[in-house]
Amino acid sequence: MAEFLVYVAATLTSLAFLLALYRFFKGPSAADRVVAYDVLTIIAITGIVLIALAEGRGIYLDVALVYALLSFLGVIVVARYLERGL
Amino acid sequence: MTDTALSITGGLLFVAGAAFLLLGGLGLVRMPDLFNRIQAGTKATTLGTLLTLAGAACLQPDWSLKLLLIGLFVLLTNPISSQVLARSAHRMGLEKSRLTMVDHLAEDTGERS
Repeated sequence: MAEFLVYVAATLTSLAFLLALYRFFKGPSAADRVVAYDVLTIIAITGIVLIALAEGRGIYLDVALVYALLSFLGVIVVARYLERGL
Repeated sequence: MTDTALSITGGLLFVAGAAFLLLGGLGLVRMPDLFNRIQAGTKATTLGTLLTLAGAACLQPDWSLKLLLIGLFVLLTNPISSQVLARSAHRMGLEKSRLTMVDHLAEDTGERS
């Protein structure tokens, strides 16, 4: 039962990833693409936790930890660049 | 995974969080302009990520500490990135949706929007 629920959650997460990816490729302005990239990084954290659960290896959580800490830096750098150039 | 009450609760939390992630992605596609997209893409996905982390903590109680740390970092870094994005979009002068009526930042800085 719990395993089935995790599979359902994995499907929903993949769908969310695909929707954000659609906005990433379509987005009319560069800022739209950066928003989509931000959402993609947030969804990827859940994806890494899902992989750790499926494999049963807690060491993969360290990857998610570092990713959660550092992924927003890329978004901030690109946003600063769009604002007034580096 | 055994079928105890705790693991079923964890699975349900996981599904609820993934549903919020899906709603965030849907808002990202459907919303009319950039500021609404930031709104949908940040708030819904923050809640979704926190719920999935809580679900994973129920499924694997040994991992609770690391999952709590991940949740803390998500809670700290998500508002920063979305705020910087919204400010840079505002300064770029990106056009707002026809339905957006109020612009407090333009009022405060005294510029015409």
